[in-house]
Amino acid sequence: MENKIVENSITPAVKYTSKDFSSDIDVKWCPGCGDYSILAQVQRTSPDFGELKENMVWVSGIGCSSRFPYYMNTYGFHGIHGRAAAIASGVKIANPKLQVWVATGDGDMLSIGGNHFIHACRKNINLKILLFNNKIYGLTKGQYSPTSDKGQVTKSSPHGTVDWPFNAIKLATGAGATFVARSIDRDPKHLQEVISRASKHKGLAFIEVYQNCPIFNDGVYSLVTEKETKADNVVVLEHGKPLLFGPKKTKGIKLDGMNPVIIDLEDGKHSISDCLVHDEFDENPTRVFLLGRFTDIPGFPTPIGVFRQFSKPSYDKEYEAQVESLVKKNGKGTYEQLMLSSNTWEVR
Amino acid sequence: MEKEIQIIEDVTVRFAGDSGDGMQLTGSQFTDTTAALGNDLSTMPDFPAEIRAPAGSLAGVSGFQLHFSSEDIATPGDTPDVLIAMNPAALKVNLKDLKPNATIIVNSSTFDAKNLKLAKYDNNPLEDDTLSGFNVLPVELTTLTMKTLEDMDISPREKERCKNFFALGLMYWLYNRPLDNTINWLESKFKDQPKFFEANKRVLIAGYNYGDTTEIFTTRYEVKPAQLPKGTYRNVSGNEAVALGCIAASLKSGIPLFLGSYPITPASEILQELTKYKSYGVKTFQAEDEIAGICSAIGAAYAGSLAVTNTSGPGLSLKSEAIGLAVMTELPIVIVDVQRGGPSTGLPTKTEQSDLSQAFFGRHGESPVCILAAKSPADCYWMAYEAARIATKYMTPVILLTDGYLAFGSEPLRVLSFDELPEIPINYRKDPEGFFPYSRDENLVRPWAIPGTPGLEHRIGGLEKKNITGGISYEPLNHEIMTNFRDQKVKNIQQDVPDIEVDGEQSGELLVVGWGSTYGSIREAVVRVRKEGHKVSQAHFNYLNPFPKNLEKVLKSFKKVLLPEINLGQLAFVLRSTFLVDVIQYNKVQGQPFKVAEIQSKIMETLGGKNGK
Ligand code: SF4
Repeated sequence: MENKIVENSITPAVKYTSKDFSSDIDVKWCPGCGDYSILAQVQRTSPDFGELKENMVWVSGIGCSSRFPYYMNTYGFHGIHGRAAAIASGVKIANPKLQVWVATGDGDMLSIGGNHFIHACRKNINLKILLFNNKIYGLTKGQYSPTSDKGQVTKSSPHGTVDWPFNAIKLATGAGATFVARSIDRDPKHLQEVISRASKHKGLAFIEVYQNCPIFNDGVYSLVTEKETKADNVVVLEHGKPLLFGPKKTKGIKLDGMNPVIIDLEDGKHSISDCLVHDEFDENPTRVFLLGRFTDIPGFPTPIGVFRQFSKPSYDKEYEAQVESLVKKNGKGTYEQLMLSSNTWEVR
Repeated sequence: MEKEIQIIEDVTVRFAGDSGDGMQLTGSQFTDTTAALGNDLSTMPDFPAEIRAPAGSLAGVSGFQLHFSSEDIATPGDTPDVLIAMNPAALKVNLKDLKPNATIIVNSSTFDAKNLKLAKYDNNPLEDDTLSGFNVLPVELTTLTMKTLEDMDISPREKERCKNFFALGLMYWLYNRPLDNTINWLESKFKDQPKFFEANKRVLIAGYNYGDTTEIFTTRYEVKPAQLPKGTYRNVSGNEAVALGCIAASLKSGIPLFLGSYPITPASEILQELTKYKSYGVKTFQAEDEIAGICSAIGAAYAGSLAVTNTSGPGLSLKSEAIGLAVMTELPIVIVDVQRGGPSTGLPTKTEQSDLSQAFFGRHGESPVCILAAKSPADCYWMAYEAARIATKYMTPVILLTDGYLAFGSEPLRVLSFDELPEIPINYRKDPEGFFPYSRDENLVRPWAIPGTPGLEHRIGGLEKKNITGGISYEPLNHEIMTNFRDQKVKNIQQDVPDIEVDGEQSGELLVVGWGSTYGSIREAVVRVRKEGHKVSQAHFNYLNPFPKNLEKVLKSFKKVLLPEINLGQLAFVLRSTFLVDVIQYNKVQGQPFKVAEIQSKIMETLGGKNGK
C-alpha cells in the first residue's frame, strides 16, 4: 500500500449536485434557525468549487454553527471551542491540496478563538472561514456574545451589556485577511455568490454571515432582512458600481473628506457621479474601515458583498515554495545525511 | 623539558566565564574533540539565570561541564576536577562545587579592581587564602591572547574575544588532545572571514604551546578511549535528539513530520532544530500560542502527518483540553514535555520531574494516554522514535517526558543504520468497502482515514462517538463502552512495552527504581555502592503508562524499593496506588539533578545496619 498523501487533480471529472454534499445525519438546529439556509447555500454552491468532494474538509469549533461539518458529506472535523482555525491550519499546511473550510460563530471565533482568528488572517493561511454571526450564545442558551449590540439584554446581561461589540469586518481587515465579505442568511442568492467567490480566492477568505437565532435573538437583523425595511437598510457592494440604496436606488453614499454621508439623488443637488464607487481590489484597507463603520453609525445602510479582495502569497504556498527551493538546493534529505552529517566517530 | 604524562580513568572539567566569553562554544569544541578520541562522555551547560546580566557580574556567569572517561559513564559528574575561570565572578560562582584539591586555571588578567568588585570580592582571592587547598594556576589569558595577535589587523575588542581559544588550546595540551578537529571547525566557520580563522587558530596553538613551554604545568593527563559498543557515534543533546528521533521516525514510516509549536524554555530548541530539516519533509508551524500548537498538530494528524507538539509544563497545561480531543478523535500525536521547575513560571531554566502527575491525571474526563520518559540525552532519540511508533500504531496521543537537564546535557548516541531501525508500518485506510471510522482492530485501534481518500468522507470530533459508525451518540451505555475501549486500547500498548530489566540481583534487600533523567545519577551511585561490597539492584522506567508487564513482580521481589525523584513523590504515588508497594521516597526539588553522592548516601541509609551484605 502506498502511504503517500493523495493528491487529486484540481478540476474534478465528476459533476456533483447539491445532494452529493448532504450527509445522512439528521440536521438538528432549531426550527427556523438561519443555519439551515447557510447549509443549503453551501451545499448548492459546493459543486462549483472545482474540487473533488474527498479533497474538501470542513472544520468547526463549538456552538450551534459548529455542528455544520456533520451535515456536509465531505471530510469534517468538529473541534473544540474556539480552536477551529488552529485545527484547520494544521490540516491545510499538512496537505495544501485540500480545500479547507471553517464553520464558526461569533462566540467561537471572535471570543474564545479570537487569537487563532487574527493569526490565521495575518498569516493568510488558505482557509475559507464562514462566521455565523447571530450576536448571541445559542448553544449555551442565550448569553451575550462579543458581537452583541451595546446595551443588549440577554440572560447574562439583564440590565443590558456595557461592552462594545466587535465589528467582524474591521477586525478581519485589521488582521490582514485578503478576502473580506458579508452576506445574510435570508438572502440566498447573494450568499451563494459570496460563497462561490470565496471558494476561488487564493488565501484566507472571511465571510461574515448575518444569521438569525429565532430562539435567543430573534429579529436582530430584521431591518436588513424584512421586505419593508431591507431596501432602505442594505447597500449591496459591487465592484466598480456606485453605492446606491433605497427602494428605487435613489439614495447614495458620498465621501465628505474621510466621512461618509448619505445623499438624496432626487434633491436636485446630487447626482450619481457624487457617489462613492466600490473598488474591492483596493489594497488600501482604509476603504474597508470606512465601509465597515456603516453598521456603527445610526441611519446608515448595512453593506453586504465583498468588501475587498487582493492577492498576497498564502502561508501554505510560501511554505511549499521554501521547501521546494531547499530541496532543489540540498536535495531531498535522507536518513544517512540526517544522522551522519555532523561530527561522527567510529568505535571498532 | 619533557613533561610527564599521567593516565587517568576519568575527569570532570568545567569551563566558566562571562556569558560573552564563549564558554558554551569552548565546551562543545572540547566535547567534540574528546568524543572523536573515543572517550565516553556526558555534558551539562549551566546558563546564566538572566539573559542580559551585566558583564562580569555573578548573574552573568555561564558554565559548561564535561565528564569524560575511559569507562562507561552516565552523568556529567558531581564535582569538577578542573575549573577554568575566565573572571572573578566565574571563580566565585563555581568554587563551592569543586572537588577538594581541584585544579583551577584562572584568567588572572581579569582580576582587577573593577571585576573583583562586580564579583563581590573584597580582596583578590588570588592573593589571600580563599583558594587554599586548591591547585591554582593563574594564567594571563587575555594579555597572552593580545600579544599573540599583536600584529593582526583586527580591533582590540576582536582580539580580546579570541581568549577562550587560548584556554581551549591549553586544555587540549593538558589532556593530550589534538587540535585539528577545532582547526577544521574554525576553518569552515570563518570560511568568509579568513582573518578571524587565522586569529582564533593562532590563539589556539599559542595556548597549546604555552602549556608545553611554561614551567607552571608539569604534568599532562591522558584518558584512554572507552570500551563502547562498536558502531558509529555522534554527540547529541536531549532536545536535538528528540528532533532527530522524530525525523527518523518520519523517514522510516514514510509519512511527513509536522510540528505545531510555540516557543517555551527549555523546549524551544526542538522547534529550532526541526525547522532546519524542511528538505526532509519536515513542516514546522510556529503557532500563535500553545493551544494552536497542539490543535494544528491534531489537524495535521487528521490529514495524515506524523504530528508532534513540544512544550514545557505551563504549555502542557494549556494543551490539556486539546489532548482530550485527540483522545476522543483517536488521532496519533506526540506531545513532548521538556519539564522545568514549576508551578507557574517557576524555574524556567532549571530541571524538575514534576509534570508526571499532570501527564497521568491532568485532563478532564476519562482520558488515558501513553506516557514515556527518556533517561538520558541519547535516549531522547529512542524515546521520541518510540513515541511516534506507538502513537501511529495505536492511534493515540503519547506524552514523552524529558526535562531541562536532559534537554541541554549531551552524550554520544550510537547511530543505527536505516534498516536496523524498528519498523513503523502505516496503513492509511483506503478501501471504502465496509469502512466505519470507529470500527476497531484486534488491538481496539480505529482506522486512519485521511482527507483526500475517495469514498471515505467522514466526520469526527469531540462529541462522544457512536461505537463503530462514529456518529454522535448520547446513549448512556454507548458512552461506557467507548470509555472502556479508549482505556483498554491504551492498556493494550503494554504488549509493546519491554519488560523492565533489573540490573543486579533479581530479588533481595534493595531495589532502586527511577524514571527519566535520574538514571545516570542512580546508576553511578549503585555502581559505587556495589564497589563497596553491598548488594543493590536497579531498575529504570522508560514506560510509565502502561507499565511493563513484569513490574509488579519485580517490585515485590525486594524487601525495600527506593525511588529518588526530582519532585515530591509523583511516581511513588502511582506505584503505591497501582501495586500497593510502599516505596521509600527520596525527593529533591532544587531545580538541580541529584548528585551521585546524594543517592549513594541515601542508599546506604536505606540499607541500614545490615548493609545488604
Ligand atoms: S439556538 Fe439559535 S442559533 Fe442555535 S440552533 Fe437554535 S436557533 Fe439556531
